[in-house]
Parts: sequence; structure tokens; C-alpha cells
Amino acid sequence: MAFANLNLGQKVSVKYFIGAMVLFIAQMVFGLLAGIQFIQPEFLYQILDFNVTRMVHINAMIIWLLFGFLGSVYWLVEDESGTSLVGYKLANIGFWVLSIAVTIVVLVYLFVQVGSGTQASLWLINEGREYIEAPRWADIGIVLVMLAFFYNIAATFMKGKWSGISGVLVLDLLALAGIYLAGMFYSPNISMDQFWWWWVVHLWVEATWEVLVACIMAWGLMKTINARREIVTTWLYVEVALMFGSGILGLGHHYFWIGTPEYWLTIGGFFSALEPVPLVAMLVHAVYDTGTKNLKVSNHPAFAWFIAHVFGNFLGAGVWGFFQTLPQINLYTHGTQWSASHGHLAFFGAYVTINVAMFYMAIQKIRGGQIFGSALVNKYRWKTSLALLNIGAMGMTIALLVAGYQQAFIERAVEGSTWSGFFEAQTNLTFIASMNWRLLFGVLMTIGTFVLAWDLLTIGKTNDSKNTT
Amino acid sequence: MNRENYWASQTFWKKCAIWVTAVMFVILIFLTFDSVSKITAGTERVPEYSVINKKVFYKYSEARDILVPEICCEAPLFGKKLSNDEAADLIDLGKLTIQAKNCMNCHTLLGNGAYYAPDLTKAWLDQGWINESIRENLMVDFLLDPEANARSFGTNRKMPNLDLTEDEAKAVVAYLKWMSAIDTNGFPAWFKPIYQKEE
Ligand code: HEC
Ligand code: HEM
Ligand code: HEM
Ligand SMILES: [Fe+2]
Repeated sequence: MAFANLNLGQKVSVKYFIGAMVLFIAQMVFGLLAGIQFIQPEFLYQILDFNVTRMVHINAMIIWLLFGFLGSVYWLVEDESGTSLVGYKLANIGFWVLSIAVTIVVLVYLFVQVGSGTQASLWLINEGREYIEAPRWADIGIVLVMLAFFYNIAATFMKGKWSGISGVLVLDLLALAGIYLAGMFYSPNISMDQFWWWWVVHLWVEATWEVLVACIMAWGLMKTINARREIVTTWLYVEVALMFGSGILGLGHHYFWIGTPEYWLTIGGFFSALEPVPLVAMLVHAVYDTGTKNLKVSNHPAFAWFIAHVFGNFLGAGVWGFFQTLPQINLYTHGTQWSASHGHLAFFGAYVTINVAMFYMAIQKIRGGQIFGSALVNKYRWKTSLALLNIGAMGMTIALLVAGYQQAFIERAVEGSTWSGFFEAQTNLTFIASMNWRLLFGVLMTIGTFVLAWDLLTIGKTNDSKNTT
Repeated sequence: MNRENYWASQTFWKKCAIWVTAVMFVILIFLTFDSVSKITAGTERVPEYSVINKKVFYKYSEARDILVPEICCEAPLFGKKLSNDEAADLIDLGKLTIQAKNCMNCHTLLGNGAYYAPDLTKAWLDQGWINESIRENLMVDFLLDPEANARSFGTNRKMPNLDLTEDEAKAVVAYLKWMSAIDTNGFPAWFKPIYQKEE
């Protein structure tokens, strides 16, 4: 590989992107295991129980998406600041500290699994809180690495030049790291626990992560289709205003039923119902930009994934989120497969897609900056993985939606959410069929992920050199 | 950008972004202070931990048109009345156990978590525990050996044995009792509780 033409920041990114890809595959494998257990509960029973497979599945996801984001920011920092990374060594140390910590955490998840009811278990094994299960020692490690990362990026921009995009990016990273602190304490009171837990989960995915990917997207549109800087920057500000304007108080859509006061029903319902607006704006922006340019795309796979991001974000977060965000509906859908349906399409559509796009931006430069256009050899590979992953995600989402509908109706509305009511829904034939379909589409996604890895390893290798820019 | 189009200019939107974010954030901070004070244990919506000494049941509220938890009469858990401190310690052990055993990656609590097993928000009031007099012992037995006591309703989906100690199991039952007394604005909708003797 031609790492020689990468700048320092980009050399760090490659490491993060490889780590992300490895964890992406792990996520898929554990997703499959969890999906099989839904249908065959004996599978790995008392060896790797559902709570373990699921925890590894969602944690691998969070961590690989973060790896991808760190990699993406390192990828664009020198380009955007016009200078070289201030702390190359620091960035590498950060990467290794994070990777070793993640490896230890996963090994403990798999081999120790659970502990006794003591603080020590939460510090050393897992915290038992969805998405942020990582034990406390690892939390502290993550925060330290994030601070080092933040310093590195902010100092590089300070040394070089600032732009609208980098200003938003740096402030957003600070907020993103700060919010994580809200998830780092223990409370015996479950209402208090979940109140702050949602600060992390919601204010990440529906505020700070959204703005982070909007920055990456702004940069990506300039690179792939030469969009004008003034335009993407103005749009970025529009998106920040709309996203934070709706998303910060939209947090209230998680405060309907956890013991919090009734005013959240109104505030949460109202502001979260506005959250799709910025996602529509992003869609309009991207489509408008590509439509008005005499489109000369230099990287077809990356561009296709950027477009998948815009649509996926709109559908998964905007539409599927909106479905269940009004309290009248959420009362019945809360805590059912509806959430899983939305969760899958939103995370895939908004965040997997843009990371994959950045992988393709990176590999293009690594392969000598050649054009990834119609002359590309073996372009069936990126197209196959694009199709498998997107069809798989969409199919899984619909299957889960059907299951969620059955569950909300039978368990929640008819049976009054009792133990037996739960099983009444789980044994409904349509529900069971949906779980089978989910698994089938999961298999498609997993194959798609392997094809993606294969494509990234081989793309552009066999092209002749006159094809370079 | 020309002057007439100020509303479409970068400076305008930059100011908007800053102001909107700042205002929303300040409102969130205010609401957070208020909410935190209203979900502190020992307040109207989130009862104190010693509620496990009392009877917790579910009642229709005409004013709110939902079911709400009501607390009355002495009904000490496992027949032993606890002081406030003892109750708090028990609840603490229950919560630590629930986190350390990772219950929430199978179950939902207050509707959050995983969808592989029943919601536990009102588990204390579930009809599956047959009647109020044998409930707490059935629950401890179940938690200590969920396989032997499996119901599964014709599926093979069982809760694995998580090696809880008896103290942990009792603490978890106390936790479920306390949690069932939280005012969740009627979630889960129209939950059908265990037969409740009038007192
Ligand atoms: C591997 C998944 C898994 C884990 C982990 C798990 N459970 Fe369960 N649990 C189940 C399943 C499945 C059922 C239904 C069992 C049956 O019907 O026999 C269940 C049933 C229950 C019930 C009875 C259902 C009801 O509505 O009252 C309670 C109470 C319960 N679990 C509590 C816990 C607690 C407390 C923990 C953590 C210490 C825990 N569970 C961890 C899977 C799990
Ligand atoms: C990319 C952005 C988003 C991501 C990644 C995302 C992801 C998720 C996930 C994973 C959950 C389930 C959490 C759990 O495990 O309990 C969830 C819940 C929820 N999301 Fe989103 N979401 C996004 C955007 C949105 C938007 C824009 C809306 C509203 C318009 C929304 C509305 C909701 C609601 C109402 C719930 C609660 C579901 C329940 O009651 O169980 N989400 N989201
Ligand atoms: C091989 C494909 C996949 C399979 C078979 C699969 C399966 C599963 C299963 C069984 C669960 C547990 C749901 C429950 O608690 O009942 C789950 C949860 C989850 N998965 Fe996947 N998954 C796959 C791919 C993905 C992808 C690509 C993403 C997004 C990047 C994703 C994100 C999530 C999230 C966010 C949750 C938590 C959902 C919630 O609690 O609402 N999964 N998945
Ligand atoms: Fe949310």
C-alpha cells in the first residue's frame, strides 16, 4: 500500500479505519448470534447467553463507529487546517491505548461475563447499562484518550487556519466528550440512572454525532463533487441551528415514562417531533448540490455511500424516529421491537454509511489517488456490498417493524404488558416469522460486510497507472 | 451573498446556530435541575426506599385517566420491617446486582433495555406471582433457580441461572417492589396487576 502519499493525520486514520472494520465484522457476527437465540433459545445457552451476545453486538457498534469518527477527523484535519498534525506520536499512543483497552473489555465480557452485586463488578467487569456497559476503568481510559484527541485536533487547527467547518467540529467534539461524563456515575435510583443515561445516548446520537457527521459530510461534498465552501458552510450552520434547536430538548421523548415530571410529555413530544426537520434539510442540501453541479464524481463508491447516508439518516432517524416519538404512540411502542426497528435503521443509515464512505475516501488516496469511476476493475464488488448491506438493513428494519407492531398490539394494548402477555406476543406466528426474516436479512448484511472488507483490501490494486489524477 | 439576502447569509446562520444552541442548552439545564429534584428518592413521583415496608398496589386515577401506584398499610417485605438505612442498603444491593448481572441486556426496566424477556417495571405486581401472600417467596425462588421455575409459555426461552446469592435475590425483589411504586405516567399502559386484596 502506498502510505507514502498520506499525511501524518491520515496515517493515524488508517489505523482507526482498520480497527473499525474489524469491530464492524465482530458486531455482525454477534448480531447474528443474538438473532439466532431469538429463534433457537438453546443456542449457546449458559455459554454465551443473550445478554452477552447482545452486549458485545451493541458495544462493538458504538466503539467501531467512534473509531471511524476519530479516523475521519484525523483524515481531514491536515487538509482542513492546512498544516501538519501537532501530535503524531500522541495520536498513535491514543490509538493503541484505546485498542488495548477495548480488547481487554471484550475479553472480560466474553469470559467473565457477569459479576456479583458489588461496586467492584461495575469497575472491573461491566456496568450493566445498555450501550455504555464498559466498566468504569475503561470509561476513564476513554475520556483520557478523547481529551488527547481533542487537544491534538484543536491545537492543529490553532497552528494552521480555522474555517467554519473546523470551528463547528471542534466545539462539537468538546460537547461529545463532555456528555460522556454524564454516564460515569452510579445511582441506586433507577429514575436518576436513566435520566443521565439518556443524556449520553440521546445527546450523542441525536445531537453531537449528527453535527459531527454533518461536518464530515460538508467536507466530503467539497471533495467528491467540488461543492463550494460558502454553500456547505452556510448549510452546516443551518443544520446546527435546526439539529440542536430540536434535538437538545427532544431529549424529553425519553422522559415520558421513567418517573420524570409530566411536562416532559409536552416538551419532549413537541421538540422531538421537529427533529426530522434538519434531516430533511440535509437531504435537500445534498440532492440540490449534486443536482446543480455538472457532476464529475471522482470516487463513485464513496459518493454512493454519502448519498446512502443522507437517505438513511432521513429515513432511519427522521421517519422511523418520528413514528414513535409522540407520547400517545410511544406509550404502546416503548420498549418493543419498534425501538429495535428504529435503532437498526437509524444507526445504519446515519452512521454506518458515512463511515463506509470515509473508508472509500481513504482507500482511494492510499491506492495513489486514482479515479474510482466507471473504469474501475471489479466494481461489482463495491456495488454488491452496497446492495447487500442496504437491502439487508432495510429488510431487517421492516421485519422488526412488523414484529414491533404485533408486540405493541398484543403485549401492550391487549394483554396489559404482563409476563404472560409478553410471551403471548412472542409466540404470535407473524412475530415469529418476522424474527426469521430479521435473521435472513442479517445474513445478507453479514455477507455484505465481508464483501466490503474484501473490496477495501483489493479495490484499485489492478488498475493501470494512467488512470491516476 | 448580497444584502437583500441577509437571511441566507453565512453570518446570519452562524449567529442563529450559536443563539439557538445556547438558548436550548440553558433551558435544558433549568429543566434538569427541576427534574432531578423531582426524581430524587423520597419525593412524590419516586418514593423513598422504605416503601418496601408498605403495601404497593395499582389504582385507577380518574383525574389522570391512568393507573397509578398507591401506597398504604404496613406490609414489610419478608415479614421484617426495615429502618430507612437498612432499606436503602437493600435497594443499593439490588441495584448493584441488577447492573452487575446485566439484566438489562435481556429485560427492559422502565421500558429501557432489551426485548428478549418481559418488562420488569411492574414485575412486583405481575399476575404470574399468583397471590400476594406467596409472591415474595416465589420471586426469590425464581431468581435463585429460574430454570427449575421456568414458565416459558411453550417456548424454550428460559432465563439462565445467574448464580445470585440468596441475599442478592432478596435485594432484587426489594428493588422490584420499590420500582413498582414509581409513578411512570401510566406506563406500561393498562397493566393488569395481580389480584389485590382490599384492605
Ligand atoms: C439471558 C437473558 C436474561 C437475563 C440476563 C435475565 N433474565 Fe430474567 N428472564 C429472562 C427470561 C427469558 C424470562 C422468562 C422466563 C420464563 O418465563 O420462565 C425471565 C423472567 C424474569 C422474571 C419474571 C418475569 C416477570 O415479569 O416478573 C423476573 C422477575 C426476572 N426475569 C428478573 C431478572 C433479573 C432481576 C435479572 C438480573 C439479575 C434477570 N432477570 C436477568 C431472561 C433473562
Ligand atoms: C441517527 C440518529 C438516531 C439514532 C442512531 C437513534 C437511535 C435510537 C436507538 C438505538 C433507540 C433505542 C434505545 C434503547 O435501546 O432503548 C432509540 C430510541 C428512540 N428514538 Fe432514536 N435515534 C436517532 C434519531 C431519532 C429521531 C430523529 C427521533 C425522533 C424524531 C428518534 C426517536 C426515538 C424515540 C421516540 C425513541 C424511544 C423508543 C422507545 O420508547 O423505546 N430517534 N433511538
Ligand atoms: C447481522 C446483522 C444484525 C443482526 C442479526 C442483529 C441483531 C440484533 C439483535 C438480536 C438485537 C437485540 C434486540 C433485542 O434486544 O431484542 C440487536 C440490537 C441492536 N442492534 Fe443489531 N443486528 C444486526 C446488525 C446491526 C447493525 C448493522 C446495526 C447498526 C449499526 C445494529 C444495531 C443494533 C442496535 C442499536 C441494537 C439495540 C436496539 C435497541 O435496543 O433498540 N445491528 N441487533
Ligand atoms: Fe432520542
